[in-house]
Amino acid sequence: MGDITEVRFHSRGGQGGATAAKILGMAAFFDGKYSTSLAVYGAERRGAAIISGTRISDTEVKRYSNLRSPDYIVIIDPVLVEIADVTAGASENTIFLINNRGECPPALEDYRLYAVDVTSISLDLGLTVAGTPVLNTPMLGALAKLGLVKQTSLKRAIKKIYSDPRNIKAAEIAYERVVRVQNLQYTLAASEELEEEAYEELEAEGAI
Amino acid sequence: MIAREVEDRYGFGTNTVNREEYLLKGNSSCPGCTAMLAIRHILKAAGPDTFVLVSACCAVVCEGISPNTCMALPTLDTAFACTAAMASGVRAAVRERGINVIAIAGDGGTVDIGVQALSGAIERNTDFLYVCYDNEAYGNTGMQRSGSTPFGASTTTTPFGKKEDKKDIAAIISAHNIPYMATACPSYPMDLQRKVKRALSIEGPKFLHVLTPCPPGWRISTEKAIEIGKLAVGSCSFFLYETENRSFSMSKPSLDAMKNPIPVKDYLRVQGRFSRMSEEDIEITQRKVDANIAYYREAFGL
Amino acid sequence: MMTTQTELEKDRGLFVTGCEAAARAVLVAKPSVIAAYPITPQTEIVEKLSRFIGEERHDCQYIAVESEHSALAACIGASSCGARTFTATSSHGLLYMAEMVHWAAIGRLPIVMANANRALGSGWNIWADHLDSLSMRDSGWLQFYTSTVQEVYDTILIAFRAAENEDVMLPAMVCLDGFLLTHINQPLHLIDEKRYQEEFLDEIRIPHALNFDAPHTLGTLVVPTDNYKIQHNRKVSMDLVKDVIKDAEAEFLRLFGREYHPVMEYRTDNAEVLIVAMGTLAKEAEDAIDMLRFRGVKAGLLQLRQFRPFPDEIVDIISGSKAEKVVIIDRDYSGGCGGIIAQEIKARLYDAGVMREIVNVIAGLGGQDITAEDITKMVEIEGGEFWWGI
Repeated sequence: MGDITEVRFHSRGGQGGATAAKILGMAAFFDGKYSTSLAVYGAERRGAAIISGTRISDTEVKRYSNLRSPDYIVIIDPVLVEIADVTAGASENTIFLINNRGECPPALEDYRLYAVDVTSISLDLGLTVAGTPVLNTPMLGALAKLGLVKQTSLKRAIKKIYSDPRNIKAAEIAYERVVRVQNLQYTLAASEELEEEAYEELEAEGAI
Repeated sequence: MIAREVEDRYGFGTNTVNREEYLLKGNSSCPGCTAMLAIRHILKAAGPDTFVLVSACCAVVCEGISPNTCMALPTLDTAFACTAAMASGVRAAVRERGINVIAIAGDGGTVDIGVQALSGAIERNTDFLYVCYDNEAYGNTGMQRSGSTPFGASTTTTPFGKKEDKKDIAAIISAHNIPYMATACPSYPMDLQRKVKRALSIEGPKFLHVLTPCPPGWRISTEKAIEIGKLAVGSCSFFLYETENRSFSMSKPSLDAMKNPIPVKDYLRVQGRFSRMSEEDIEITQRKVDANIAYYREAFGL
Repeated sequence: MMTTQTELEKDRGLFVTGCEAAARAVLVAKPSVIAAYPITPQTEIVEKLSRFIGEERHDCQYIAVESEHSALAACIGASSCGARTFTATSSHGLLYMAEMVHWAAIGRLPIVMANANRALGSGWNIWADHLDSLSMRDSGWLQFYTSTVQEVYDTILIAFRAAENEDVMLPAMVCLDGFLLTHINQPLHLIDEKRYQEEFLDEIRIPHALNFDAPHTLGTLVVPTDNYKIQHNRKVSMDLVKDVIKDAEAEFLRLFGREYHPVMEYRTDNAEVLIVAMGTLAKEAEDAIDMLRFRGVKAGLLQLRQFRPFPDEIVDIISGSKAEKVVIIDRDYSGGCGGIIAQEIKARLYDAGVMREIVNVIAGLGGQDITAEDITKMVEIEGGEFWWGI
């Protein structure tokens, strides 16, 4: 029973959330780790809110139960922030990744939040399926940037699932473009850091 | 014996009929059973390279008690609802084109409980011949009504006569655009055997609907069974025809009967099962038969 | 679009679902006839199989039937002619084919079936529950319950050998929890197919199969003076198959390096409390055991991998252990009679004169989410039947 990194994806039916979980798990597997990925199915209709997840560990993952305390929460469709309980089980250490231009939805002000506009990336590349931009593969590119899996492993996993090379390209672009959102949590953390630095300085000077 | 000598010497007579027996004597059918007679003819026409499936029906009981069997061909007895599905399985395992797969079921096992599996097997193009021998009731359990029991017939579950019409299984089957289907009656054995041979020469699903008068069930004396079959055809209560690739042809006994049909009453009144029918009910039946004759005349220019 | 798996197959490591693992195992065993009907959450097995067959990687006839009853009937027809056959189903599909389930066992046909365990209606529920296959426990099929994607694959490969053994000739059902195992992706290591075909699984030979050399009839009337003898023959085979399965598992370990037993023990050394679980709950329970041991509770796990024939060794393991308490988790409930696994174990303990405190926890019904943390709390429950979450 080792430490398990849990990643939860929020998407809607047809956006490839379950496949994202699978590709991430496969990439971790290529990294030499143990992983599992699952989808919590409800109605399998297009457009329904879907939760999928990946567990990554250095030892065998023996869990089948639902993810309870995710380390990463990936919101593929930003509308879901208002519809689904995206912060369920989240703690102050949980990292959020959202598909938008860098805005912070009010519900995520207290969390570490990263953003990348994968919709535009795919539209610019013409990476669409039945007129809809592909969101899952670039989202995974951004996740790789956050250090979850190696980029090479991710690319290898994407190749196993999708034949269109633009998926790889989209992941690469998202890897470069993902940014930390300067929300309330960021500001507080930054000021705390400053405070700490100032404190340390004072301490070093022997003032305290 | 004499016939055989004549045949061997002069090369005519019944030499088109396979002399081998694949349904052996000593089986446990009722005296005068035309279902087993029909099966005997069918297997003779099919020949030795044949796998047989027998549904839960009279025929399975007539085979005898394990480990004995009256079947001289490899035979698989099946559960009631699944005969056609099991035939799909047999055909998937035995893919050689020269080997026949023949599934045999009664009317209940075909038009009622087995109709779904049959529809599926035809739709998925199973290369087999499905034979429904129709004694117009659940004979094996003691003559209860089936979907194939005709209007007016008394059975143990329609003690005052059936109020509904016989299910038109032919229409159901032909709606599947089956490559070959035919009707037959062992009262016309050469017609029956010819149709079996024709059917087996065609690849894909084939359906044969055989009317088999049942002496105890129809309440007729044993020696009348063949004659009753002829009355069924002669009165146009049952038509003998075949359809190959949507091309319809009425068989000779029915063509002859249509020219001058025997009154239906003559067919019904000799059977105990119709004894409760009123004159009015018989009139109703006659009108339905007349309508059928008119339909065939008009539709096929007969 | 899926790209070629060749590269992955080279190191024989894949990351796939339980359904795909099942389909890949079936391909290795090379049945000549597969008949199946779609039902959630089993469907991916037959989708994958029809896809693989369509890609002509496999000389196999795939029969797309119109119902589960016909699926098993078609397998029975093919098996009666000597073919190796496979089907897969779940829940309502299994119960719809119930007549044929019994027919296949009584007919001594070594058909292999995968069943995705799923709850029964009314009140549609597509999630994991063991009552579907457990309600078929008396039919005379071998029954295996698996806990990982790898185990699904390996167990199907073992099941073909056990079922087709000439002393056995009984059908085998390999069960995997709906969604939890059918749809999860996990690493899967493939075996050397050639080695399996040459050294592990013989050519199928069904002694009573129909043939032209000595035509006979399968299934004629069996009168009371014979029927009980035929049923007893089945009992004899059910007794023999216990060793046949163990032998197959030992051979699998020798050839392919993975170890299986009818009852899998996990940290049972010096255990003072034992947990018994089946399917994915058993795997989740391993984490629970680790947590309990970490907290100083001497707990151990028995994973029931084989349910039919029922493994007698579970009694020896329990009686040979120091455990005073046995917690049996049932993902099923037999109306008015508690959990089915608990009933069976209790009956055998009684026969052996072994008395232990038995806690029967009914948990995970209809996909109820049960975590490792939940399982750690089950050891604190006092004896009797306990419904988790009520």
